[in-house]
Amino acid sequence: MLKPAQTTANTEANAVFRGTAMPWLFLLPSLLILAVFIYLPALQTLRLAAFKANLILGTERFVGLQNVTELLLSPAYRQVALQTLIFMVLTVSLGLLFSLGLAWLASRPIRGSKYYRLLLIYPYALSPAIAGTLWLFMFNPEIGVVNQLLGSLFSIKPRWLDDPILAFGLVVVAAIWKGLAYNIVFYLASIQNLPGDVMEAAEIDGATPAQVFWRVAFPLLTPITFFLVFTNIISALFDSFALTDILTRGGPYFHNAGITTFLVYQLYQDGFVNFKSGVAAAQAALMLVLVAFITFMQFKVGEKRVHYGG
Amino acid sequence: MAVKTDTFTPPTGKTGGRGPGRRGAVWPTHVALILAVIIISTPLIFALIKATQASSQVISPNMLPGTSFIDNLSSIWVDAKLGRYMLNSTIVAICVTTGKTILALMAALAFVYFRFPLKGAAFTLVLLSLMLPTEVLIIALFDLVSRDLKWANTFAAIIVPFLASATGTFLFRQHFLNIPTSLADAARIDGCGPLRYLTRILIPMSWNTIGALAVIQFVYAWDQYIWPLVIVQQDEKQVVQVGLRKLIEVGGQTDWGAVMAGAIITMLPPLIVFTLLQEQFSRGFALSEDK
Repeated sequence: MLKPAQTTANTEANAVFRGTAMPWLFLLPSLLILAVFIYLPALQTLRLAAFKANLILGTERFVGLQNVTELLLSPAYRQVALQTLIFMVLTVSLGLLFSLGLAWLASRPIRGSKYYRLLLIYPYALSPAIAGTLWLFMFNPEIGVVNQLLGSLFSIKPRWLDDPILAFGLVVVAAIWKGLAYNIVFYLASIQNLPGDVMEAAEIDGATPAQVFWRVAFPLLTPITFFLVFTNIISALFDSFALTDILTRGGPYFHNAGITTFLVYQLYQDGFVNFKSGVAAAQAALMLVLVAFITFMQFKVGEKRVHYGG
Repeated sequence: MAVKTDTFTPPTGKTGGRGPGRRGAVWPTHVALILAVIIISTPLIFALIKATQASSQVISPNMLPGTSFIDNLSSIWVDAKLGRYMLNSTIVAICVTTGKTILALMAALAFVYFRFPLKGAAFTLVLLSLMLPTEVLIIALFDLVSRDLKWANTFAAIIVPFLASATGTFLFRQHFLNIPTSLADAARIDGCGPLRYLTRILIPMSWNTIGALAVIQFVYAWDQYIWPLVIVQQDEKQVVQVGLRKLIEVGGQTDWGAVMAGAIITMLPPLIVFTLLQEQFSRGFALSEDK
């Protein structure tokens, strides 16, 4: 399984090959790309966040933490942060619950289980942008299949993208749908790797299928669940951009901001639509701290992970 | 790299999954799975049907497949530049996947088979890059690539920044550590250098890991959206994901039949890669399971 690597570069491998220049030569391309396109922009982001640009004069003024404090005090930005959090909690928890259930069912030795597995994981090939496109058409108020069905059955045609609650729900469901396949792939692999002897012992001792699942399998699946919780958090933060950009354009408007405007969408709006690079860089700096914290937590949890048997 | 012989299948009823036993109580599982597959596939089935209908049928409740798929596709392939976008995405995804694989193999080789000063620091540098996604760096990255490097509207802008791969480096490193060092020792004594050892021995032993990574990296490169959206302004160089957004926007009236045909074509390359490398994908990720 794909697991977060250990935080230490262990030197357990003997130095088979000798030379000091040689390893650096092999590392050079990777380190160069990382330095120029990741670390340099990261430092640059922190620098930009401390300046206010004047587009008309083309000048920059040093303002320190003012950009960040303005953001934290702005009602619109606070709403965006809260929306992002709610979206994240809903998509991660529901998404993992559904995918674990489906992966468990598809692992049972039933006829056609191979086809079920295939039909559950092919959406992995769908990009967030395609997902947004399909859902935009499905929920089109006039010609979408959903409203044509609702119209003919109950003669109602909800304006899915104009009502804040409906639009938010729609984006949540679309994001869960998009993420299912990825999670199912990893859960399927983990379920197939569960120690057969432990499972059989449980059954011989008379555990019901439900007990086998909750008492035996579920604890054994905690490591992969933790891994998926973190990948899903990151995906809720970042992959949601393409989905919401096509499906809702961050709208509809609600109180102080578009209700499906999440952190990255707000960053894009301020940086590339409103050209407020200082404000956008301050948001980026805040997100850097957030992602650093999430990654740190991932390693903390990863170290404490219980390993059973195996 | 032990081989798991004892795999587990969840129980189907009162008795275990294997051996003789009651084959009862499986229909609820079938019902649940069929229901799930239908729900998961609805958006796609709907897209497939509408992609084959003529524009007069697309806006009607008609749910029968038509025969206009080729018409729908050809109407956007040239006029709306879908063909161009597809070609661009293919070039970019292949370059990124190949580049990432080669760079990650070389980095893993250095980390596993050499001892050198500052190795820990170099490793940390690769590790920490995982914490810095493109979306967060996008403001500064845009300034760097467009203003300093003058790469706006070039393929280099959507390929080069993504060539380093922390995930790839870790996976190959894990995989190399599972290969007995005696093999490398023997190779060295026979006068084989590190690069030849990599190409002649390590790579042939790593096809599963390479395949699994290729799937992930191809899909990742193919799905790029926000970065091409801001850095590429010319249609000639645009990728297909952003192209979809443009297809929807064309004029006031979206030609939904054509957009659905475009969405389906856009799905195909990752699906093909996924299908071709499915075996390696499952096997490549089962490796590090054994401790």
